[in-house]
Amino acid sequence: MTLLITVFAAIVATIVWYKHAPNDDWKIGTLALMYWGASLMWMVDAIFEYAELKEEFFQPEVADLINDSFLGFTVVALGLVIWLVVLLAKDPKGVLRSKFATKKN
Amino acid sequence: MACFLVPTAEAIVTTIAAKVMAKKEKNMEIHHEGGSSEIIEKSRFSRKLGWLNNMLWGGSALLALEHVWHGEVVPWFPFLTAATDAADRAEMLHEMATVGVTMALLVTTAWAIMVLVSTHLEKSAAKEAKIDTAEKAVVPVSEKE
Repeated sequence: MTLLITVFAAIVATIVWYKHAPNDDWKIGTLALMYWGASLMWMVDAIFEYAELKEEFFQPEVADLINDSFLGFTVVALGLVIWLVVLLAKDPKGVLRSKFATKKN
Repeated sequence: MACFLVPTAEAIVTTIAAKVMAKKEKNMEIHHEGGSSEIIEKSRFSRKLGWLNNMLWGGSALLALEHVWHGEVVPWFPFLTAATDAADRAEMLHEMATVGVTMALLVTTAWAIMVLVSTHLEKSAAKEAKIDTAEKAVVPVSEKE
């Protein structure tokens, strides 16, 4: 479930990035790459787990499914927080810089 | 257990490499014998390396959260619960060598494909631009005739 939720987040972020490309003022490309990186890593994890569990891998317990979904949404939220920090730190629109410059004047 | 540490280690290396490359690319200026100099257009490989950094750092950070979630990473020494027991430590190292290395390889392969595709697109765009310029240059000649 965590993998699925992260893949959907990566697809949505990529669509939003593509819609606004080549303009990437909002650094959506960074967010999409972060989610894709995590998705690829979880895919590897899932493949290794499948090799170990075989068909059991596709029959998870309901409690595990709920826990994994909760984790997936938390992962998406953390990705958004990291992206927000990157966005404000890089400040591509110069909003924060101009605000501080105005205060200095 | 600690598979995310392998992509994290790769991310540290590629981040340093991207920083060094970006500095070198900025200083790419050719001085000719006659005294003139020419600034070569900045190769954007460091920017492309940034894609890999984003994937590795982002993926590692999100996977680290999963390990905290499952109690495999703790905020006290030695930070990895598997590191306290010898048998668990061996299992952890085995997982890093198999799952962790495969993760790093897959992300790097995906990035390499992205670089190849973008380089191909850049080359074909440059070719089209050349053809356009050549066609535009030909027009006034034919008009004169």
